Amino acid sequence: MDTLGYLAHGFAVAFTPTNLLWCLVGTTLGTAIGVLPGLGPALTIALLLPITYQVAPEASFILFAGIYYGAMYGGSTTSILLNTPGESATIVTALEGNRMARSGRGGAALATSAIGSFVAGTLGTLGVAFLAPIVVKFALAFGPAEYFSLMVLAFITVSAVLGSSSVRGLTSLFVGFVIGMIGVDLQTGQPRFTFGMGELLDGVDVIIVAVGLFAVGETLYMASRRYAGKDEIVPLKGSLYMTAAEWARSWKPWLRGAAIGFPIGAMPAGGAEIPTFLSYAIEKKLSKHREEFGTVGAIEGVAGPEAANNASAAGVLVPMLTLGLPTSATAAIMLSAFQSYGINPGPLLLTTQANLVWGLIASLFIANVILVILNLPLIGLWVRLLKIPAPQLYAGILVFATVGTYGISQSPTDLVILYLLGAAGFLMRRFDFPTAPVIIGMILGPLAETQFRRAMTIANGDWTVFYRHPLSLTLLTLAFIGLVGPHIWAWIEHRRTRGPEHVPGDA
Amino acid sequence: MLNRRRFLTSTAAGFAALHFAPAFAQDAPQIQIFVPAAPGGGWDQTARTIDQVLRSEKLISGSQITNVGGAGGTVGLPQFVNQWKGKGNSLMVAGMVMVGAIIANKSANNLTEVTPIARLTGEFEALVVPAASPFKTAADFVAALKEDPTKVPVAGGSAGGSDHILFGLIAKTAGVPAANLSYVPFAGGGEALSALLGNQVAAGISGYGEFSEQIKAGALRLLAISSDKRQEGIDAPTLKEAGIDVELFNWRGVFAPPGVSDEDKAAMIKLVETMAKSDAWATECKNRNWTSILLTGDDYAKFVADDTARIGAILKDLGLA
Repeated sequence: MDTLGYLAHGFAVAFTPTNLLWCLVGTTLGTAIGVLPGLGPALTIALLLPITYQVAPEASFILFAGIYYGAMYGGSTTSILLNTPGESATIVTALEGNRMARSGRGGAALATSAIGSFVAGTLGTLGVAFLAPIVVKFALAFGPAEYFSLMVLAFITVSAVLGSSSVRGLTSLFVGFVIGMIGVDLQTGQPRFTFGMGELLDGVDVIIVAVGLFAVGETLYMASRRYAGKDEIVPLKGSLYMTAAEWARSWKPWLRGAAIGFPIGAMPAGGAEIPTFLSYAIEKKLSKHREEFGTVGAIEGVAGPEAANNASAAGVLVPMLTLGLPTSATAAIMLSAFQSYGINPGPLLLTTQANLVWGLIASLFIANVILVILNLPLIGLWVRLLKIPAPQLYAGILVFATVGTYGISQSPTDLVILYLLGAAGFLMRRFDFPTAPVIIGMILGPLAETQFRRAMTIANGDWTVFYRHPLSLTLLTLAFIGLVGPHIWAWIEHRRTRGPEHVPGDA
Repeated sequence: MLNRRRFLTSTAAGFAALHFAPAFAQDAPQIQIFVPAAPGGGWDQTARTIDQVLRSEKLISGSQITNVGGAGGTVGLPQFVNQWKGKGNSLMVAGMVMVGAIIANKSANNLTEVTPIARLTGEFEALVVPAASPFKTAADFVAALKEDPTKVPVAGGSAGGSDHILFGLIAKTAGVPAANLSYVPFAGGGEALSALLGNQVAAGISGYGEFSEQIKAGALRLLAISSDKRQEGIDAPTLKEAGIDVELFNWRGVFAPPGVSDEDKAAMIKLVETMAKSDAWATECKNRNWTSILLTGDDYAKFVADDTARIGAILKDLGLA
């Protein structure tokens, strides 16, 4: 059977009433846990693992995949409306999405993220069905040296989110590095910045940092202003959903986001966060409405990253289904569910368990459709949240952030950290330091460090690995162009426009 | 395609599984299981499998599982020691990883404070190389290691974990100083696997289950396994047969809290023993690549003490303790 034949067979498996029901349960549950900060898909699936003792393998994987995709949809809702990211992959969404919500375009932000998620999720799933063998070959070519070069490229491109003052932006970035380093160092097993506290040995969860800096910090800032609440209820402007102009501005970011998210998601150390950073930076560079970024909120800055995180969720399934390689916490737990059925995920999975794998892929298409149907009507309901007067709304956010954080590991220490970071977020806001670079530093810093040290260990201390490997060299060259290119371009432009003035003196 | 009965049963069963209150076996006890790790990992799976088998064998009426994760179990251990003291119906799942974490993190509590009930399962480790590697046998690998250990980067799990410990033990037996080893830790077996498949490293060490499918598909070559004897269906010598005098199981077992009565301890040992000898347990172990290595009571206590001493010595050599 060829791919299309397998896929048709997969749809036959997925379209049974039982499996459709599991898909519906999964997507609904996924959306709900995506909305809650702290409760992520990995934890939810882990808690549901015992059902593998009771139901057929197809049913439970369809349920798990629905949860996984649903969480990616749900995570954006709170990012946009409350500036409280539900998942680490939707942190970037909060940057522009929340600005849009505050300028009365919350409905459009939610719509572009739901439709973008649908488009990218469908493209990504098509990628899983048709491109998996090719993509996985490319992904395996990425070793530590290549990852490090990719991080360098990411650092260069994300300088776009550093804000207007690079000194302030870099300060925030380095604060992020320090927070990211807390915990046991993976390479040597030694604790760093833990001050002898056992609770800090595993590091600080990025969600706690994002919720602390964004939501708690923001709440404290609002409370500190004397006239808080007076001007906060923003009437919805224009259509509830997207206008024609917003459609026109969204579709390209969706496609670009999908193109960035899918391959990076398929890489063993790619993850969902890096593609959202890259997509945001690219959209900001390419946008014709650059003045809207960071002010009233640019729809491109929501559409791109949201598409990227959904495509990366599909990408993660590529190494999992073709090689049995789990590349995210969620995938690892899904693989342990395979073992409950006595199925060993590996390179032979596609042939030995064709029913299961293609049923799963088909159900992903269905999940995407269900999710967009589920999420679009909800937008009308969600945006009403913004009509709540500020004191009540911010009090609600605080409760929500606290409960969500406690849910991550039931640890009181996490709550202390949350409020310390909230205070830090308040001070940063008060003295005009951007908070987004902290998150970026926290995610990219340790990754870059780990990959750098791995590359050096493998190469036995030989620096040349970074440019001896062609892929790595390519990435570093791109980073170099990204760094000096704009300056050279500006210089040429400058010469051209000022050219005539210099002519007399030259002769 | 529509099969009403299957639809109803599987849906109902699914919802039933979400509730932990079966109505049968009124006189069977309730137990509490403490997992010092987040849901989803090896200890958590062990706890949930224990719960499942005990209930299906009608040995208990139900159980409650509490997860307190972090730092190889050293965040949860103090809680179990202090807050669960004397609770005769409770069990904590732990294993070799916790022994290592207690030493490496200089934890204030250790496993001598809790009551050993039984060692249940072990996962033996595998030494593998990429299919294209020049190493054909474990002896080739050791020879290269002796010549220049810095030229043989080995991938595995986190620093100080069971994979790193096995690598240290192999090097020690071969007379290679542990400080010179080139060990490349990855966050999990999956990431280490991708480094092997991408030919980024010379060899890999991890639980056999992490590599088994790649070995079958011919993408990796299995040089040796760390079990005490050859395993059925696995075409590779043990490390001992390959001339490396090392044996290692990444074992998992259960402990009761400190201060439980002798009757409670005896009853708990009996309960766990009955479970471990059931067919349902054997099936689960087979599905999950766990080797059943049952050892109870005082023998188990002695084993834990010996293993702690061995791991402590090797972690010191590796510069982690």
